[in-house]
Amino acid sequence: MKIEDIKIPGKLSKREEDLKNSFFRQLEAVPNSEKIKSCIQCGTCTGSCPVSYAMDISPRELIALFRAGDIETILHSKTIWVCASCYACQTRCPALIKVTDVIYALKRLAMEKKIYPPKFPVYSLSQSFVKIMNQYGRLHEPKLMIYFLLKINPFKLFSLIPLSLRMAKRKRIAYIPSKIKDLEGFQRIIAKAEQLDMPSIAEQKQYMTDTVGYGAVDKEIILETTKHKE
Amino acid sequence: MDYTYYPGCSLESAHKSYGDSVKRVFSHLGCNLIELEDWNCCGATMYMSVKETVGFAISARNLALAEKHNRDVVAPCSACFTVLSKTNRYLKELPDLHQKINECLAESGLSYNLSVKIRHPLDVLINDIGIDKIKEKAVYSLKGLKIANYYGCQIVRPERGFDDREEPMTMDNLFAALGAENVYYPMKVKCCGGMLMTTYEDVALKLSKGIIETAVENGANCIVTTCPLCQMNVEAYQDVINKTYNTNFNIPVLFFTQILGLAFGYNDKELGIDTLLTEGVKVTEKL
Repeated sequence: MKIEDIKIPGKLSKREEDLKNSFFRQLEAVPNSEKIKSCIQCGTCTGSCPVSYAMDISPRELIALFRAGDIETILHSKTIWVCASCYACQTRCPALIKVTDVIYALKRLAMEKKIYPPKFPVYSLSQSFVKIMNQYGRLHEPKLMIYFLLKINPFKLFSLIPLSLRMAKRKRIAYIPSKIKDLEGFQRIIAKAEQLDMPSIAEQKQYMTDTVGYGAVDKEIILETTKHKE
Repeated sequence: MDYTYYPGCSLESAHKSYGDSVKRVFSHLGCNLIELEDWNCCGATMYMSVKETVGFAISARNLALAEKHNRDVVAPCSACFTVLSKTNRYLKELPDLHQKINECLAESGLSYNLSVKIRHPLDVLINDIGIDKIKEKAVYSLKGLKIANYYGCQIVRPERGFDDREEPMTMDNLFAALGAENVYYPMKVKCCGGMLMTTYEDVALKLSKGIIETAVENGANCIVTTCPLCQMNVEAYQDVINKTYNTNFNIPVLFFTQILGLAFGYNDKELGIDTLLTEGVKVTEKL
């Protein structure tokens, strides 16, 4: 282990520093993201969350871990993937933190850094989704399920047969995918957006200062450098 | 009145019945729904949570297309409604993002100037048309229906829209006016699990079971919803839920426009009620 990899209280490892920068960049798509510093750890988010029982880190803990300078742990949790996007936490947060959007940002960060839990359906589902979108511009549900299950567990396809048959009997399955006319223009938009989505270096935001976690770290470093000058 | 209609992918396939009933109800009330030319998928939660720039860009393509016509956009699917409104709002709040997205749209000769309004059909029915006019047009009473009004997460959240975020009442008021009984239903804005049904099935089954169970325990004979994904999880998966939890649920889950259509005198076929996996409901008392 190199010296810069050791986590000393008050100082971030190179890895954490990097994660922090990437995380702040992801937060650029969230209005008023600096509210994350005003978390009072009341736990309303966790109490409102219908799936918190299935999480290993609760939404409240997630914010606490971020402030303690441990994004790495968050990215390895099941929490960010199990979020169902119901926005209950975001609606009720008394500090007006956009919790769901923060979780989205962490999800994107985990994908960018290629950190997934061992059994990982969410990434496969989104990959299948992206593939179909590029082909048609619209979603075709049966194809989505087939692509997705072929990726994670082909045997599961059989278990879906009874439901599919019942749906088919009631004419609820569209066999032919519908396609948009200007598919080329649509693909050009996606290509351009993908390009703009790529990480750019050091777009770090300085607004997140606080007396704990990352904020405190920044202050400490400044204090140290002034000490050296003296 | 004229509206631009954004059906979304789900209303083209598994939930064609929702689209059909929305169109029936609107034309019955004298409103024109004009389908948005060459619309694309809104990107849903899938894109938004995974690749935000792409998510915003494809969602904004629809907004840019809709901007050419000076009409409000009606989006019946909850996911489409949330994603399109959210894109609209965030582009307004974040000028940098707006510029970035316009750069993407320029690739196919489009641009978006933030002037479109996204509306949910429930909002249009209540606030533009009004309960009084709807009542006038009803042919059948909804007497005998004991409804659990299930709004789901996405039409009332994250921002406050046309209804309260914790205790929405628009559907309750509408159906009460038409003679139905609304049962006590504390799960009205609880989550059904959404896309977790494909990724973490056990979690979604548990959530959906709670939604059905509460409705049944409170004496409802149908659940009425506004969201295709909720309808899928709560209705089509009832069998799977019954198997997993050893329960015996068999309660119809209808779209609010299907119930309205019944009150207007349309039959099961016209409203797509015959495509339900459960029995559906009947209204018999003429007004």
